[in-house]
Amino acid sequence: MNQMSTEGYTTADGRKIGGVMMEMKNITLRFGGVKAITDISFDIREGEIRAIIGPNGAGKSSMLNVISGFYVPQEGEVWFRGAKRPPMKPYQVAQQGIARTFQNIALFEGMSVLDNVMTGRLTHMKSGMLEQAIWKGKAEREEVENREVVEKIIDFLEIQAIRKTPVARLPYGLKKRVELARALAAEPKLLLLDEPMAGMNVEEKEDMSRFILDVNDEFGTTIALIEHDMGVVMDLSDRVVVMDYGKKIGDGTPDEVRSNQAVIDAYLGVAHD
Amino acid sequence: MAQSSQATGGLVSIPALLQRNAQKFADKPAFREKEFGIWQTWTWKEVQREVDSFALGLINLGVNEGDFIAIIGSNRPQLYWSMVAAQSVGAVPVPLYQDSAAEEMAYVLDHCGARFIIVEDQEQVDKVIEVQDRLHQFEHMIYLDPRGLRKYDHSRLHEFSHVQEQGHAARDEFTPELEKRRAKLDMSSTCVMLYTSGTTGKPKGVVLSNRNIIESAHNSSDFDKLGPDEEILAYLPMAWVGDFIFSVGQAYWAGFCVNCPESPETMVTDLREIGPTYYFAPPRVFETQLTNVMIRMEDASRMKKWLFDTFMAHARKVGPAILDGKPVSFMDRLKYKLGDLFVYGPLKNTLGFSRVRIGYTAGEAIGPEIFDFYRSLGINLKQLYGQTEATVFITMQPDGEVRSDTVGVPAPGVELKIGDNGEVYYRSPGVFEYYYKNPESTADTKDPEGWVATGDAGFIEEGSGHLRIIDRAKDVGKMADGSLFAPKYVENKLKFYPNILEAVVFGNGRDRCMAFINIDLSAVGNWAERNNIAYSSYQELAGHPKVLAQVQAHVEEVNRSIADDPMLSGCQIHRFLILHKELDADDGEMTRTRKVRRRIVEDKFHDLITALYDGSDKISTRTEVTYEDGRKGYISATLEIRDAKVQPVTTQKMAAE
Repeated sequence: MNQMSTEGYTTADGRKIGGVMMEMKNITLRFGGVKAITDISFDIREGEIRAIIGPNGAGKSSMLNVISGFYVPQEGEVWFRGAKRPPMKPYQVAQQGIARTFQNIALFEGMSVLDNVMTGRLTHMKSGMLEQAIWKGKAEREEVENREVVEKIIDFLEIQAIRKTPVARLPYGLKKRVELARALAAEPKLLLLDEPMAGMNVEEKEDMSRFILDVNDEFGTTIALIEHDMGVVMDLSDRVVVMDYGKKIGDGTPDEVRSNQAVIDAYLGVAHD
Repeated sequence: MAQSSQATGGLVSIPALLQRNAQKFADKPAFREKEFGIWQTWTWKEVQREVDSFALGLINLGVNEGDFIAIIGSNRPQLYWSMVAAQSVGAVPVPLYQDSAAEEMAYVLDHCGARFIIVEDQEQVDKVIEVQDRLHQFEHMIYLDPRGLRKYDHSRLHEFSHVQEQGHAARDEFTPELEKRRAKLDMSSTCVMLYTSGTTGKPKGVVLSNRNIIESAHNSSDFDKLGPDEEILAYLPMAWVGDFIFSVGQAYWAGFCVNCPESPETMVTDLREIGPTYYFAPPRVFETQLTNVMIRMEDASRMKKWLFDTFMAHARKVGPAILDGKPVSFMDRLKYKLGDLFVYGPLKNTLGFSRVRIGYTAGEAIGPEIFDFYRSLGINLKQLYGQTEATVFITMQPDGEVRSDTVGVPAPGVELKIGDNGEVYYRSPGVFEYYYKNPESTADTKDPEGWVATGDAGFIEEGSGHLRIIDRAKDVGKMADGSLFAPKYVENKLKFYPNILEAVVFGNGRDRCMAFINIDLSAVGNWAERNNIAYSSYQELAGHPKVLAQVQAHVEEVNRSIADDPMLSGCQIHRFLILHKELDADDGEMTRTRKVRRRIVEDKFHDLITALYDGSDKISTRTEVTYEDGRKGYISATLEIRDAKVQPVTTQKMAAE
């Protein structure tokens, strides 16, 4: 189905996509007797925007949780940068350079936007608790350095005006943007976005799409995203995996996927026996 | 101030002022911009280096003397430097409104024939690319922010910092050329070209010379004693003449610091952080701020509310007098000081006005309550009257003579006269050179002796010598007995009441004035809710007797205030009605910018006007309305017409000067 060479490919708009960054091999995930994912394989390449789509309950979020290491599949292997990944703790995954946002925003509501984004830098801070408490030497230096990175991201996502605002007071669309900022603060190699446009109006969706494209363009970040909105997905992504009832039913460029009969059936609905 | 008392000797261009400042104020801050959460500062010396590098870069790119260089973007130091760099190489900067659509830009860019365009970011780059096929003279575009532009074709696209670097690298080769070009600049060379928005027809390019800018900046800086220690926040569009005068003309003349906000949304925070000493805002901004304060006070605790109300009442009583240096009793002063400690000081700090020494508002009429509110807090808010063609200043209010109903005395160097039709004319060193490629309009606006018509009708108040603007000249008429009819003057007075959203006054060629009133649904609806008055529709609320009574009280109050004015006392409103629908742009009754289309309203509601004049106390009417989806419908209503008390006056014929 996927005739890309292992050496990567060039997208329609002229971006060079590299070799395989992450590969999912025959993943099966079960919750008790329920099979959430059945024997799925696909890869994510360096520098690409990869989408996972599918109707409700198709297993998209479960798939993302497998990628992020939160779920460990019963069968199959996850390969990251040429090495098989053993079961890991979430913080170890973060240290590998994978960051994510959540479908139901998971920010610290009582903290300011700035503090929330700063938490994204945790993996880059080395000073111990005592040093942090005394606030001398290394801790202070680190905070300044990390603040600089965070400020660049705040500027990039155009959230300067809400820098000091507590997250709880922000509207939904902005919270989503703050979550993206926090994920970016980790300077991830692979960014996982769980329904970044859910619940947004057209204008907010356009803004968010622009930010996603800019992140990919500016920082070269590889992005894997789950999305409901077909239009958005088709415009944004280089390649799309389509899931239905835990199975992969399509994989390819947006155009290929759009003309795939199985995909059309899944979205328009046919009787399942 | 020492430097402003000098004659303009030798200082004949903005680049010349920059050179002086780089020596005289060398390490004083000239520009600040908040970037990455920190205010970054450039001293005058650094600014000179930045401007020179960019000017060399422009020569390197092939900019010729006399070229037009368009500048599009929000207030960024680099864009301000671009204007001065353009002047340094003999080119003419043309700032454009950054929120214009590509179509509007295409007209201006093509009209001035810009060879070079300097833009802020991708958004503007995209707009120019969209219309570039129509721009025959366009050659190169320079952008500040590279974000999102990596994949663009860079054969005609250059990054600002690269242009500077290339210019700097080639400094040995091009410096003599730069110096030669700079030396050629004199008072008569073009300083800047600004396009007026033009409510009718296409925008016109107003050409302003160095003489216009430098003398206006010089005179107005002296008028308000602006010195090198002022701080301003540059947040108004760069394409507007006011911003050019404040952030370039006066800033370079007096040598003060221009602060650029982090982003348009952070304006309020940035204002607080900078605490400008010299500040300009249109009335709308002051209005919004006041409303916000009042809403927040409504939610404050009882104690705080009491403090606020008590001290604000006191401030209204004595605040303006203290500000004007008039005698005020010791006890009142003491109480005002206390108020300053508890209320005024913290409030000013919240608004970012703690350090404002001079504040200006202009552009349209400001409500007297709004104006007095700020003045009573001790903020020296004043009014000025001006236009692009005058390089801003026509009249200004001197300290100690500030009132909400005048626009001040002629600015230094300005002569005023009132035409036979009441139109205001002026002549000053700031009078523009000409409209670019438009000799007919130039001749229409500016007569051979240099007098320029403002398009506004007004008169000079006897005694004080202050100018009062009453209306647009074309709307001013005569009543049947020959007295002056100025509808907008009366409408504005009515609209200052929060209950009244819109008012239309009739009376041209008639013996009495009549008015249509539109209530403000949010204000009146709020009042109805608080007073347990039930209503099911706009129409019902508009016809409620209590609402009518309130509006009647407003109208009568306005009548009393108009009666005090011998020239306009004929414009008192004799009868009025409250319209059963809001005037709406969808129905063609207003423009999209919410200005009433007088003729259309007159036509559409002619039955109501007839009823107002024939003395009937009720009128049934049926009006066509257009819904938002384009469908049409009708609403029928019976409107009550009320008589308003008018003050007896002997109407005077309009005094022709």
